[in-house]
Amino acid sequence: MRILIKNGRIIDPANQLDKIGDICIADGRIVSILKGGDDFTAEEVIVADGKIVCPGLVDLSARLREPGQEFKATIASESMAAVSSGITSICCPPDTQPAIDTAAVAELIQQRAEATSKLRIFPLGALTHGLKGEHLAEMHALKRAGCVGVSNACMDIANTDVLRHAMEYAHSCDLTVHIQAEDHFLSRNGVAHEGVISTRLGLPPIPETAETIAVARALLLVEQIGGRTHFCRVSSARSIALISDAKKAGLPVTADVGICHLHLTDMDVDGYNTNCHLRPPLRDQRDREALCQGILSGSIDAICSDHQPHDEDAKASPFSETEAGASTIELLLPLTLDLVSKKKLSLTEALSSLTNKPAAILGIDAGTLSPGRAADIVIIDMEKHFSVDQSCLISAGKNTPFNGWELNGVVTNVFFSGQAVYQNND
Amino acid sequence: MTSNNIQLDNNGRLKHFLTTEGLNKNLLLNILDHAESFAGVGDRAVKKVPLLRGKTIVNLFFEPSTRTRTTFELAAKRLSADVLNINIAQSATSKGESLQDTLRTLEAMHCDMFVVRHGSSGAAHFMAKHVSPRIRIINAGDGNHAHPTQAMLDMFTIRHHKKDFSRLKVAIVGDIMHSRVARSEIHALTTLGVNEVRVIAPLTLLPARVETLGVHVFHELEAGLEDVDVVIMLRLQRERMRSALLPSEQEYFHNYGLTEKRLQVAKDDAIVMHPGPINRGVEIDTHVADGERSVILQQVSHGIAVRMAVMAMSMGSLVDKQEEKT
Repeated sequence: MRILIKNGRIIDPANQLDKIGDICIADGRIVSILKGGDDFTAEEVIVADGKIVCPGLVDLSARLREPGQEFKATIASESMAAVSSGITSICCPPDTQPAIDTAAVAELIQQRAEATSKLRIFPLGALTHGLKGEHLAEMHALKRAGCVGVSNACMDIANTDVLRHAMEYAHSCDLTVHIQAEDHFLSRNGVAHEGVISTRLGLPPIPETAETIAVARALLLVEQIGGRTHFCRVSSARSIALISDAKKAGLPVTADVGICHLHLTDMDVDGYNTNCHLRPPLRDQRDREALCQGILSGSIDAICSDHQPHDEDAKASPFSETEAGASTIELLLPLTLDLVSKKKLSLTEALSSLTNKPAAILGIDAGTLSPGRAADIVIIDMEKHFSVDQSCLISAGKNTPFNGWELNGVVTNVFFSGQAVYQNND
Repeated sequence: MTSNNIQLDNNGRLKHFLTTEGLNKNLLLNILDHAESFAGVGDRAVKKVPLLRGKTIVNLFFEPSTRTRTTFELAAKRLSADVLNINIAQSATSKGESLQDTLRTLEAMHCDMFVVRHGSSGAAHFMAKHVSPRIRIINAGDGNHAHPTQAMLDMFTIRHHKKDFSRLKVAIVGDIMHSRVARSEIHALTTLGVNEVRVIAPLTLLPARVETLGVHVFHELEAGLEDVDVVIMLRLQRERMRSALLPSEQEYFHNYGLTEKRLQVAKDDAIVMHPGPINRGVEIDTHVADGERSVILQQVSHGIAVRMAVMAMSMGSLVDKQEEKT
């Protein structure tokens, strides 16, 4: 299939490109960018006047619930939701059931993704066996099976000696360690940021130090070991300061933030809004501002959906008895573009944190538009508005905190390896 | 705030009673005024008024309770309602039924009001949000969040002794962190316009940013009790010692236990309150608990009148006392 995308505003942050021009695609790969469109014989021509053309998005963390929790969502259902938001590469954490601690599970997930032919899934392998924080997982085998990093997901490794050895072993496997920093002794049974709101609502609190102490512990180990380490879902201003200092000192660390934490604060939990029950918890206004600043300053490298689709029952209980997480995958792009409209990020910065930067963290060949690469491309109409309607979400999880929000930026076309996998001409 | 509007109907009258937060001063005074008119009912030969005749009230207790459940039951019976006690601590949810399913099942029995106690903060809000519109919810304690009828019976007791709220200094002593009573009292006291609310506790028993609730924080008992008109002691649970919040009961009593000697720095006519059940020798000395300043037993009997008032008001069976005056 030979496709010509004509006259779009091509933004490719990896190559510092922001120009109007054409993209030619043949045999699933990009043939040329900007020029060459006039001499290209295409079977399909897409006129992208006034639209943005950018690389397919890379989501650093989305739970697809398969295997193990297919009653919440499946790889098939969530792939549909992901491509509607322009996502063509997804990294999934290892806390499936069973956990991704064997090659078989890692392979199963990639095969299911292949069967959808809509996007690629890059699994993270378990750092410890069964995510129990006791014994090392077979990281070499996981790497051979396609895992692009290792992580203990939301499970803390309480024993620092185990964490140290796990980080050392991952380093010798040349695998990035993804750490969601949380000291489980400090967070205990907490469900909300320790502050004004948790005090008023009487909700079990999670102090900021549950995160910062875990970040500091990991950073000291990185200093000693030297392996690539990525901090997932950073939520507090203090954590960003710690990571920023580590970066300045030359440590091989990166960090991401979940999209909800850039828009919401613990105030949104008021009224016991269970769709705002997240982990890490939504923190205060000052933290949210610091997270946005962190992207600008480069302390935070990427924005991810942290997609966690749930069945209705998971959220239909008193707040502290509900499961944490929000369904966000199909709003990742419009919510990030919203930060551009609010002048918190430039368009290039926003797209970079969704494309080349997360791709670099995963070490995968995606997130840019260079000739010769797989043609994963998104076309976005920035003029179109829509209002979020919970019941109309494509994802099997309807648990969005953004119901009723007015957003702009609608994906009109998505190509995955040169194949049209999504089209919206309404 | 949306979290509180749920308590009122379209005319601003009490519909569900979930928390003292966000209700205006008039409404709180209204509850106290109605309670005043019910206070005599218990002394009459026939201890009943027919306000809720034909109505069914369900006491839905997911946590064990004797005192609160009994006074709610008595209050309902004195209003001539039929009462059903359901103790879910040993019932449906332990068989895996969700709160929502329990709610649906009870709705199908055509009850009019649920009095709910639950271990999770926000449980009463959850029920009010999900219940069919003709049913009323009264919060009898949810997690660490609120226990509004307890707070109002304490307000009733305070007004009974002190008349005017505006000049009072009130100290709440003990485990504020885990106390739904303290939170509801703080909101009620600040709304009713008392001069000063103090909380007295070690840092381990204070929730983060507690001062944002409008209280002054003291870590030392004597300093905090100086010149106060009302002392509210909170019950100390034994778990607090196990979870490394306190070293021992002895040490707690030594520093925060209320004794006659410590009470000397308070105003001469200061009253001592406690939501019960009391731990003698842990948070309060026996001589104080049984002493002349103690109004602990009055609190219990006021509890019935206040609960009658709240139930009757939320069922729409009473005219607005404050409106009558204006």
